Amino acid sequence: MQKISIIKSTAVPLPEDNVDTDQIIPARFLKATSREGFGDNLFRDWRYESDGSPKKDFVLNNNKYQGEILVAGKNFGSGSSREHAAWALYDYGFRVVISSFFADIFKSNALNNGLLPVQVSEQFLSKIFAEIEKDPETAITVDLPEQKVTLNSLDLSENFEVSDYKKKCLINGFDDIDYILTLKNEIIDFEKQRVRFS
Amino acid sequence: MGKTLFEKVWERHVVHKVSPSTDLLYIDKHLIHEVTSPQAFSGIEKRGLKVFRPENTVATADHNVPTKDQHLPIREALSRKQVEKLSENCKNHGIELYGLGHPYQGIVHVIGPELGITQPGMTIVCGDSHTSTHGAFGSIAFGIGTSEVEQVFATQCLLQKKPKTMRIVVNGKLKNGVLSKDIILYIISKISSSGGTGFFVEYAGSAIESLSMEARMTICNMSIEMGARGGMIAPDETTFEYVKGREFAPAGEDFERAVEDWSQLKSDSDADFDSEYIFDAADIEPMITYGTNPGMGIKIDDLVPAESDLNDENAKKSLAKSLSYMGLQTGEKLLGKPVNYVFIGSCTNSRIEDLRLVANYVKGKKKAENITALFIPGSKQVELQAKAEGIDKIFSEAGFELREPGCSACLGMNEDKVPQGEYCVSTSNRNFEGRQGPGARTLLASPLTAAATAINGFISIAE
Repeated sequence: MQKISIIKSTAVPLPEDNVDTDQIIPARFLKATSREGFGDNLFRDWRYESDGSPKKDFVLNNNKYQGEILVAGKNFGSGSSREHAAWALYDYGFRVVISSFFADIFKSNALNNGLLPVQVSEQFLSKIFAEIEKDPETAITVDLPEQKVTLNSLDLSENFEVSDYKKKCLINGFDDIDYILTLKNEIIDFEKQRVRFS
Repeated sequence: MGKTLFEKVWERHVVHKVSPSTDLLYIDKHLIHEVTSPQAFSGIEKRGLKVFRPENTVATADHNVPTKDQHLPIREALSRKQVEKLSENCKNHGIELYGLGHPYQGIVHVIGPELGITQPGMTIVCGDSHTSTHGAFGSIAFGIGTSEVEQVFATQCLLQKKPKTMRIVVNGKLKNGVLSKDIILYIISKISSSGGTGFFVEYAGSAIESLSMEARMTICNMSIEMGARGGMIAPDETTFEYVKGREFAPAGEDFERAVEDWSQLKSDSDADFDSEYIFDAADIEPMITYGTNPGMGIKIDDLVPAESDLNDENAKKSLAKSLSYMGLQTGEKLLGKPVNYVFIGSCTNSRIEDLRLVANYVKGKKKAENITALFIPGSKQVELQAKAEGIDKIFSEAGFELREPGCSACLGMNEDKVPQGEYCVSTSNRNFEGRQGPGARTLLASPLTAAATAINGFISIAE
């Protein structure tokens, strides 16, 4: 996993609530057996017509908006547990998603793949959308060590939550399995005394 | 202070306390399928590891298998490759696979309970959000992502933040024709599609206790549709009776011992929940969704709401976009609206009880000319049982076709899709944009509503 620490970038606004993982990556694109290449089909049905031509009014097809940060409406990543949604966002080039609320499974999938979900208040989110609308060059700084997100144009910051453990993993680029493997003896001891009936 | 059912099962599985809020949790059963496992297998292989406890792991092929001619090679190359990859991975890692052609094959959440793999008090995970289904047995069951599938492969454990607990109580007697699907669609319409996020739900109350195991599974299956990580119901006599005698369930003295233990699995009377909702079964009627998330549901004879009718801010914001996708108007009546597609199946409603219910309703009737009705059993065993009971004949006389098991048009990874712009009354769990095929318009409802709609050719309440 790639390390992540401080990201300063312009952002891509997607002011929709309840963006479910079927929209992020539709089921028919889940047939690959590797983790790579999902970015081409990110938001496939919002991004392309059925004949493959880009939909002009979708934000990813608008050159004005670029960057490593996606800013989305409330309840981002609801629905299916498919990790392909996190892979698609990452593969496309996003490193951070900012929203006022994330679905549980999406959040843990993102964290496991070096994609940082930053949960901010509704008010802060509205300000970000408003600033980006005013000026697509608006930069946002996401400081993971400080757990702080800053809307640079207004010099306005908000703190966000991330577990100490996950933070350490993201900053150092290591993952859960490396850690759990250090507890293998405890797992084996646990198995010896666990309740079983057949 | 007392403990909740969730806390009791959770505490039994804590291998190591990582921090006050995070535990290393032991996983009793890991269910896998072809879509969310290949990257996890290659992940552990890259680390030079084998699956740590293959005997705790069960595999099936369900998401993109065809529902016709399953004895022939899968036509679609990518689907075929994914299913073949699963066989190869299971073989290399010593995992039991119920693949195509196996008498136990079927949707992962249908075969677990049906084979007695799912038992009370267990921790069960799968790379599929509807793993919450297994909570109907009083187990902690939840969906995970592929990195977590890899974690379980490597260690049989998961690092988990302990969720908050919610109790949803439904008391009283259900009206005639109201199914458990209506209960859960009603609850989600009240709580919203994000109202359960961060929580693990326990369903309780006399209306829940009165349900069969299969009906309970339908409720728990859709816990994820309100954002909850999982849902569970305390095991009782109904549960023990269901588990008894199944292929992998404890038998004889082991079963007696198990029941004694399982009987302890209930929330103490003084247990504290972080959140609670109480509903009256008498308020619940047949439901249907009008929008593009499962929280956007109404009583079937209500009108499509206006923004001002909605309490949930989230739903208000999504309304216009949803209605535009669905081709519906505020104030429109859904009852009586012509539709051309009906899908009965999915891990929510494809069990033998659902088939019997539909067969009972359509017996002696004929489907409407305009209707294409897909009927997909949840497992090979369900299919064979339906045939043994003559349900296939009732269906064919009514113009329905009983296909072979799989996830099918619930998510349209196989050939079964609803065409662009068409309405489909569906017993599946999700009405997201494009869920049943690009541009497809899904209206979620119970199997009874789906059956009545198929007969009449328009959205109907079953008499």
